[in-house]
Amino acid sequence: MEQIKCQCGHNNPPGTDLCASCGRPLTEKEKRKKLADMRYEGSARRSQTYNKSIVDKVWNFFSSVKIGIAIIVAILVAASIGTILPQQLFIPAQGEEAVREYYADVYGSFGAVYHFLGFHDLYSSYWFQALIGMLGISLIIASLDRGVPLYKSLKNQRVLRHESFMKRQRFFGAGEAEPDALDASAQELENMKYKVRREKNGILAEKGRFSRWGPYVNHAGLIIFLIGVMLRALPGFYIDESLWVREGEMRAIPGAPGYYLASENFEVTTYSGEGDEEVYGEALEEAGTVVKDYKTDAVLYQVPEGSPPGATDNLEKVKEYEIEVNHPLQFDGYNVYQMDYRLNELSSMTFALTNKETGESRGELTVDLSDPQHIYELEDGSTVELIGYYPDFSGFAENGEPQTATPIPNNPGFLVEMTTPETPEGETSFIVIRETVEPFGENEYKLTFQSAETRDVSGLVIRKDVTLPILILGGIIFMIGVTQGMYFNHRRIWIQEKADGTVLVAGHTNKNWFALKKELDKTTETAGLPPAADQQEEAKQKEKEGENRYDVG
Amino acid sequence: MTLVEWSSNLLLTAFFAYLAGTLLFGGAVRGNKEGSFASESRWGRIAITVTVIGFLANLGYFFTRWAASGHIPLSNMFEFTAAFGMMLVGGFILIYFIYRTPALGMVVLPVALLVIAYASMFPRDISPLIPALQSYWLPIHVSTVVIAEGILAISAGAGLIYLLKNVDMKKKSKQRLWLEILMYALFLVLGFVVANSYFMLTDYEAAFDYVDKEGEAASVVYDMPPLFGMNEGVALDESTMEPIFEVPAFINGSKLTAVAWSVIVGTILYGLVRLVFRRRVAEMLQPLVRNTNSQLMDEVGYRSVIIGFPVFSLGALIFAMIWAQEAWGRFWGWDPKEVWALITWLFYAAYLHLRLGKGWQGEKSAWLAVGGFAIIMFNLVAVNLIIAGLHSYA
Repeated sequence: MEQIKCQCGHNNPPGTDLCASCGRPLTEKEKRKKLADMRYEGSARRSQTYNKSIVDKVWNFFSSVKIGIAIIVAILVAASIGTILPQQLFIPAQGEEAVREYYADVYGSFGAVYHFLGFHDLYSSYWFQALIGMLGISLIIASLDRGVPLYKSLKNQRVLRHESFMKRQRFFGAGEAEPDALDASAQELENMKYKVRREKNGILAEKGRFSRWGPYVNHAGLIIFLIGVMLRALPGFYIDESLWVREGEMRAIPGAPGYYLASENFEVTTYSGEGDEEVYGEALEEAGTVVKDYKTDAVLYQVPEGSPPGATDNLEKVKEYEIEVNHPLQFDGYNVYQMDYRLNELSSMTFALTNKETGESRGELTVDLSDPQHIYELEDGSTVELIGYYPDFSGFAENGEPQTATPIPNNPGFLVEMTTPETPEGETSFIVIRETVEPFGENEYKLTFQSAETRDVSGLVIRKDVTLPILILGGIIFMIGVTQGMYFNHRRIWIQEKADGTVLVAGHTNKNWFALKKELDKTTETAGLPPAADQQEEAKQKEKEGENRYDVG
Repeated sequence: MTLVEWSSNLLLTAFFAYLAGTLLFGGAVRGNKEGSFASESRWGRIAITVTVIGFLANLGYFFTRWAASGHIPLSNMFEFTAAFGMMLVGGFILIYFIYRTPALGMVVLPVALLVIAYASMFPRDISPLIPALQSYWLPIHVSTVVIAEGILAISAGAGLIYLLKNVDMKKKSKQRLWLEILMYALFLVLGFVVANSYFMLTDYEAAFDYVDKEGEAASVVYDMPPLFGMNEGVALDESTMEPIFEVPAFINGSKLTAVAWSVIVGTILYGLVRLVFRRRVAEMLQPLVRNTNSQLMDEVGYRSVIIGFPVFSLGALIFAMIWAQEAWGRFWGWDPKEVWALITWLFYAAYLHLRLGKGWQGEKSAWLAVGGFAIIMFNLVAVNLIIAGLHSYA
């Protein structure tokens, strides 16, 4: 397509509605309108100009407000569907098959269909992410399509516009004026904080132009935010690990190489309902126990630089910190959150080796459950050999071997061989709490449980999120954009003295016409300019009168 | 009086002031036969004074309760809902002083009354904060949300007035039907309040043992006669009435019972009104809004969204994400409440694009504003009570 040459001699890019220089209408459609369409200053928008190639079609699709709204509504509806039943994340079942069964068992055929359609994991489904992606593309294209031409035309504004441009503004007036009205109005407009430009016989007064960028700024903020969210999918940008640490234990922090964390103490407090907490009395009676606080006294260690990997003998203490809900431990971009706990986990068990008949003891042994030894030697040369340790004993396999469900000592089982001077060839026994199995026949000796020690386990989560600053930046830019676009407005007043002495006055604003009218009236009155009238209101009035006449007729 | 007693008396004072305010604003908008508004300014002045006094009492409730409990009273269903009612009135007072719109008071105050009454149906004990809520983000995040929702609800009030005035009640139309459905929905809330208050005053209680959806034994106490029984429910007391329907395990029979009673009582109330007056409820309200300026209502509705939307973005999304990051280590987790906050935000984003980009003004915009309020109410009522998640209070 060719450039459009205006009568004033200015060359406009194809698709322009109003000449960028003088403001004359360039298209037939625009000429027929009574008031100029000032939304994008009549500038050429790519989406309104080209529609041939596939690129044009895609561009036009995503630049449409209608499509943008359709995408928003689609996301809205999809998101709400995901809340009908709890998402996979929030149900107790784990594993593909178990999850499928859970939905079918608990929610019946509706649950089965819900699962079949993939709604149990809706927010990470490809189609939902595609919708979010489309929203992102729409934000970018729609902003570029409008923002760039708008920026260009506002930046290159001329002071003097053609009469047809001024006449086709919503606020317009023409007529005689006082002799030095232009000077007086320039002064008055400056007093009202307008930026005033003069050129020969004309004035352009403008303020609040930046409010026109509001929509593009807030969209830019959203785009930055979405980019931040996308980056999290890349390795290294987002770390999410969990760590269970027992009291008195030190463990390597997963995801944070070179760092170790020790728990000195873990503590849970509950509301007592006494003293200061008396006001909660009734609520506590209703609810039972309510946890007030849980926290880990943690010490953070670091491997000194230059140490061989895995060496833990000369750790440097970095800091001590009380990790609490809402108060994560922070170091080197990592955050360690208090998430969960297990109280009173077994830490060690003490047994006595006793003769079943006489009840005579040959001594005691204490098994540290986090570090069980292979052989325990007793006073008189007796030994207890720990052949197998099953922290969470869950039964015997088909071949008779004991099984453990988890590595957590919930139900410890011990396969031991006991040797005493009386039974030098050894006796095998399998011990779990309150039960002893003797697989190879009756034994003479047994291990009798004496006592156990427990400790608390603190459940921590380690997260590092490099994208956070990007997300925060996006959020701030969004809020700035929303504010500048919504609470400020762009007002312009054009004044021009024609050769015959008539003065034309026109005004435009992107919103709050009432305020512009007030400032315009003040200017015309003080400077002795012809008053400007609201042409849109007049048109409406006429329309109404027309209707009324029709009614009467 | 203790602080707690002060606090509940102040809330009661506010409630009655709003009730009086509703009637006074009703008087103000009626004008006289000639449509002159000589009485409007006088009645309007008295009405707004009473409303402001009520609002001050309401603030008094809020701060005395804060002092008594040691934390901002926005931590359970009663407190949050009551604060929402308070901010509705706050938003209205703000708009009134800008636009002088008594008709808005006549619509917003009864809705605020309903919201506060609804709030009072939940346990009013001062409850202690669980560890996750012990943060300065609680006052920052929740109060911004409640303020934003109050302001956004004003736009629905303005929209409702616009619709009451402009929908033709003489001709059968979709608009007329939906407007009446909207009125009916308000009666259902009233039905809940009436039914619940009745059974509360008569001390109704029925305990059941049942099997929950995970297949485990559980127990529940009904405070309304059980229309819907829990899964494999067994009444602990033999005199308890036999539930009429049995529901599958994933439906909570006791909550469904509360819904059913609200529908029954609400429908009876609505039916009575229709029988006595022999007119649609919307039609009866129409004369009250005869003198309002449609364009002004459209403007007020839009302005409320313009103010409410950024505040909502800040409170319900940005502050929410910052706090979630601090407490749970993730700023977003697709928790149902989070999702519904996003849905609300997307809805108002669509509203703004339709209005600014597609020229949806007047009636279309008014319907959207009412729809936005419906989403806010859904988030408040259904998401808290039905869809469990991290945010469920009650």
